[in-house]
Amino acid sequence: MPEFKRPHALADVTTHYCPGCTHGIVHRLVSEVIDEMGIEGDTVGICPVGCSVMAYDYFECDMIEAAHGRAPAVATGVKRANPDKFVFTYQGDGDLAAIGTAEIVHAATRGENITVIFINNTTYGMTGGQMAPTTLPGQITQTTPYGRNTSVEGFPVRVCEMLSQLSGVALAERVTVIDPKNINIAKKAIRKGFEFQKNKQGFSLIEVLSTCPTNWGKTPIEALQRVKDEMIPYYPLGVYKEGAVR
Amino acid sequence: MAEKSLMKGNEALAEAALRAGCKCFFGYPITPQTEISAYLSKRMPKVGGTFLQAESEVAAINMVYGCASSGIRCMTSSSSPGISLKTEGISYIAGADLPCVVINVQRGGPGLGGIQPSQADYWQVTHALGHGDFHALVFAPASVQEMVDTVTKAFDLSDEFRMPAVILADGLLGQMMEPVQFDDAEIKLSDASNKPWAANGHGNKRKHNIINSLYLQPDQLEDKVVERFKRYEKVKAEHSEAVADYCDDAETVVIAYGSTARLAKSAVEAARKSGIKAGIIRPVTLWPFPVKQIQKACENAKNVLVVEMSMGQMIDDVKLALNCSKPVEFYGRTGGIIPKPAEILAKIKEMGGKD
Amino acid sequence: MTNQILLAGFGGQGILFMGKLLAYFGLYDDKEVSWLPSYGPEMRGGTCNCSVCISDDPIGSPLVDEPNILIVMNTPSYDKFINSVTEGGIAIIDSSLIESKCDRTDISCFYVPATTLANENGLKGMANIILLGKLLKETGLTSPETVKKAMEKVIPPKRANLIETNLKAIELGMSQ
Repeated sequence: MPEFKRPHALADVTTHYCPGCTHGIVHRLVSEVIDEMGIEGDTVGICPVGCSVMAYDYFECDMIEAAHGRAPAVATGVKRANPDKFVFTYQGDGDLAAIGTAEIVHAATRGENITVIFINNTTYGMTGGQMAPTTLPGQITQTTPYGRNTSVEGFPVRVCEMLSQLSGVALAERVTVIDPKNINIAKKAIRKGFEFQKNKQGFSLIEVLSTCPTNWGKTPIEALQRVKDEMIPYYPLGVYKEGAVR
Repeated sequence: MAEKSLMKGNEALAEAALRAGCKCFFGYPITPQTEISAYLSKRMPKVGGTFLQAESEVAAINMVYGCASSGIRCMTSSSSPGISLKTEGISYIAGADLPCVVINVQRGGPGLGGIQPSQADYWQVTHALGHGDFHALVFAPASVQEMVDTVTKAFDLSDEFRMPAVILADGLLGQMMEPVQFDDAEIKLSDASNKPWAANGHGNKRKHNIINSLYLQPDQLEDKVVERFKRYEKVKAEHSEAVADYCDDAETVVIAYGSTARLAKSAVEAARKSGIKAGIIRPVTLWPFPVKQIQKACENAKNVLVVEMSMGQMIDDVKLALNCSKPVEFYGRTGGIIPKPAEILAKIKEMGGKD
Repeated sequence: MTNQILLAGFGGQGILFMGKLLAYFGLYDDKEVSWLPSYGPEMRGGTCNCSVCISDDPIGSPLVDEPNILIVMNTPSYDKFINSVTEGGIAIIDSSLIESKCDRTDISCFYVPATTLANENGLKGMANIILLGKLLKETGLTSPETVKKAMEKVIPPKRANLIETNLKAIELGMSQ
């Protein structure tokens, strides 16, 4: 039996994440992959603006904090100057699919050889639960107090579906971390993303359906149930694109 | 030294950047700076560097942020409206204490404005290049050769003081050809070897580096900003630069920068020929502003004339430098109109004898 | 001594190229030089002009708005610039494209049917160089050696065969 212990790439600090938030699980999975591939010393992570803004303190690899939405551009700068290093971004839905739409689409279509970890929890967590580009129709948030009305606020963005249309994308996969089985699938997907990068195969994005118990007004258990009942039907899990670009 | 040849200001600057070791360039097309991108798209692949056309000015400056974070010399260039878009990234670069070079080949504004030469971004570049308490080094070359010479200096000082450097040119300098000369040294693109702070993979040899501008505790943020301003004081004390001509006995001192200074110098020389004691001082650095040099140049002056291709922006800093000790007048054209030496001369004559 | 030269015509007539040659004449004669094109949307098929300064002293304004030498290759530019030539200056006019005749007596005007000459002499597209030849004849601006050296610099090696034809165009212009 292998011992359950903290991955080396995951810093031994207390995070600021709320109880029941799945950021911690995803951080751990990324760290495990970095450890298993033995690439901590060759990895540069880019964190976003949003709840994971301070993720630079939580990973032991070199880290860069980007402006809101710009992580894919920052990652491009690092990667172009250091093509042999591993570069990943860790972004939320507001960061990636609203203010940073241009940056993610163009990094993807360029086939930028980076790995993007995309946390979709259908809300802006850090600023207190406003409507996100991924907020579901009818979902109540601070800025959609009567529920997201698609005739006013439009429709949620399905990022994996959208990006899988682009030729530069080597991997677009949607996973979740609501139970051990899915956690294992998520880890495999993240590992695949880093392996694709290692083999210089192009852009990889792993979308993780995540929870925000605090802003959803739910207990951690209820929040996991919501992912299953409401999010997965709208954002089906699975591989949307897989295959080397180059 | 290699043979002198004619080059456009934009192209000469681009070549000089390579020779200064700039390994990566991230840009976006906009007139009148596009030749910089076009030139580097041709040259970069041949010398082992990176040229990348970004999807936006915003992305370009953030690519610079990433590249600079990893300790590599890099540059972006744009023209006025594009610089407005870059200000977000420049503020983060300043906040994370990163070196980089940003070129602004100014055109008329506000808004889409025009594409002819202008100096209407002085306030932006020296006083408001983004949100927050910070400065960037600002150089204002006045000839194509000086575009070349300034680039190396900009990279070096930017590295030394870990702050962004801006070269403030304009459409005239960017588009004109003049003879330039490069030294024969072999091109050596930068690496991160002298930047222990760089986030380029710790190689399991050191603790992780973090490039960041976020400090949620006010006392930490204050400490950080205060430390940065101490560095700025050193820059101010050691690196302000200006060129003065005919100022010793000048009764009217003209102050102008960049391409306008050339026009003003022609006017000053014409004034001297007609017996008027005129002089000129040209700030080469706009930040740090050459306060002492200006005070000295104006010591014996009865009055001072500031000439700009704007409605008058640098004039504010001149007045501050002179502490209201001399009357300061202004002559300027804007919107892309280049003031004629004859117009400046007329203004000098009008001021002659006034005190 | 400063020559303030303005070259004007349509895009595609080789206005900027002519300017570049002139600037290299100055450079190789150890003068101070500057070259400034008009730029922007008017470059696309519209009028195009180019300022060249050749001087013994450092050049202040590279923008020529009162030339002592004007070469014009279309009517709109002729109309726009002919009155800006300074007293005692010269204007060289492609008379195959410009019908107007100048009535100023304080400048010297030379009418050369350069475009027709170019077409008749197998030098299509080199009307600009013929006009430049005329300029050299009337001003003695530089030596034949400098002309050759500048041609060799400005014409890329892979099109070196054009050096001879350009020199022929210069000669033709000088014979006008």
